[in-house]
Amino acid sequence: MADEVAEAEAAARANVAPAVVLSDVTIAFHLVGGSTYTAVEQASLTVADGEFVSIVGPTGCGKSTLLNVAAGLLAPSAGTAEIFGKPLAGLNRQSGYLFQAEALFPWKTAIDNVAIALETGGVGRQEAHARAQEWLTRVGLGAFGGRYPHMLSGGQRKRVGLAQVLIRDPKILLMDEPFGPLDAQTRQIMGNLLLDLWNADRKAVMFVTHDLEEAIALSDRVVIMSAGPAARIIGDWRVPLSRPRDISEVRLEKAFHELHREICHVLKDEVLKGYAQTGGG
Amino acid sequence: MSRLTLFTFQILVAVITLVLWYLLTSVPVSGGKPLFPPFFFSNPVDVIERIIKWFADGTIWRHLWITLSEATLAFVIGAVGGILVGFWFARQPRVAAVFDPYVKMINALPRIVLAPIFTLWFGLGIWSKVALGVTLVFFIVFFNVYQGIKEVSPTVLANARMLGMNERQLMRHVYWPSALSWVFSSLHTSVGFAVVGAVVGEYLGSAAGLDYLILQAEGTFDIAGVFAGMFVLAAFVIVIDGVVTLVERRLLVWRPTAADTRT
Ligand SMILES: Nc1ncnc2c1ncn2[C@@H]1O[C@H](COP(=O)(O)OP(=O)(O)O)[C@@H](O)[C@H]1O
Ligand SMILES: [Mg+2]
Repeated sequence: MADEVAEAEAAARANVAPAVVLSDVTIAFHLVGGSTYTAVEQASLTVADGEFVSIVGPTGCGKSTLLNVAAGLLAPSAGTAEIFGKPLAGLNRQSGYLFQAEALFPWKTAIDNVAIALETGGVGRQEAHARAQEWLTRVGLGAFGGRYPHMLSGGQRKRVGLAQVLIRDPKILLMDEPFGPLDAQTRQIMGNLLLDLWNADRKAVMFVTHDLEEAIALSDRVVIMSAGPAARIIGDWRVPLSRPRDISEVRLEKAFHELHREICHVLKDEVLKGYAQTGGG
Repeated sequence: MSRLTLFTFQILVAVITLVLWYLLTSVPVSGGKPLFPPFFFSNPVDVIERIIKWFADGTIWRHLWITLSEATLAFVIGAVGGILVGFWFARQPRVAAVFDPYVKMINALPRIVLAPIFTLWFGLGIWSKVALGVTLVFFIVFFNVYQGIKEVSPTVLANARMLGMNERQLMRHVYWPSALSWVFSSLHTSVGFAVVGAVVGEYLGSAAGLDYLILQAEGTFDIAGVFAGMFVLAAFVIVIDGVVTLVERRLLVWRPTAADTRT
């Protein structure tokens, strides 16, 4: 009886617990000379279940570093990370991570790259391949399964990466400048594709970008980081735009412009500071 | 240049060389003697006749077979050893650190000085040559496997872990293909060294093999035999290299420029 109550309570708590809670996270790197470099200082961020949060900041401020903490790839020097109410120890098994750098297995074809994401979890080869084919079709690459990554364009590789991550159906999606190297047209297509996929099954998303317009167009919330070292979170805005959205049309709305101007104002000072400190790197 | 013209020019080089060789060694100049005495330079007709004779009476096959088996055994044993030790060292940095100076020391040793020891240990048969080849092949494969595992992109590795791979799956889907690609990109070198091991071993003392043929001809001042042996050996190496290129093309399809990145 008591057990049942406790269980029900735990379940209720799990339902209301946010997907990601970073509390006062500080990340310092030990450098070769013996000194330390504090990349991020006392960053706190909460992402609710099903919420799409973008993280915007000047290059080198620590956005990737923060995602690595949420993924469990990097332990914070101070502060804590909680996933659905539980402290994160080791890898974050509930998350899928679309990396900023090339992360596909170059020795596997596109379909094998996607299928392996299921096979690691014990799904049989045939079923994994059938479902990988479905996912490739969903991201518009149904006919490209037999190609190796080097035979695909940058945008196509990102789409394979997206299929590879989403096929595992993670509860939390971590995306690090996924459309960074793509041209403007492809970015829009990819953005709409991402929103379509996300709309079908709302996951918690931490989306890192340096493009403020993209951040506003895609997200429920936009979080701004200051320039490093010791980057902090300096702003958190709710995006007052309705869903579902088309990211090229949403840019014409008045609310979009107002929010953009407001955030820009804050961001500009930080970007300038960032250039001064990192030499534009 | 089209393929055909290229091929024509390549053939032309061979024909001109042969003709020059023939003229210089058989057309008498001052004093009724050719410019290059045939005793030292032989002449292409004799050499070709000798090669045809070897193939016609079948003596060459046994020697070819011996050299091929020595090189193949050296390659297989050296490659398997190199892969095993390479994996072991790359996954156990402490073991690697302990053995590091010794690996460097042995690798710095000119392998030729080992040949007499191997002859002493393994006799004049094929195994002393195999051993020499193994010492050459092993280190190339070993260094490439080690490097291949160390150089796996950290992002690819992080991705593999985020996709839920356990240690065994990491081995199979990440480390192994990466190591293998390095081994394959050095395949020409390692196969070449397997042949070098066999040939040098035979040269230093043997009872059969391609280089034994050359050695024998040398002993009797049979220059035509020496040249004939050299040509057969060169052709043998080219055929093996061609086979390696075919294998490489099949196995490294995923690489953007398999042909350009080989060492
Ligand atoms: N492993 C590391 N060692 C030392 N410094 C690092 C390391 N990783 C990142 N940094 C530094 O931390 C800062 C934040 O990096 P990163 O999170 O990659 O920035 P970005 O916001 O562009 O993604 C940078 O100044 C970078 O130089
Ligand atoms: Mg980054």
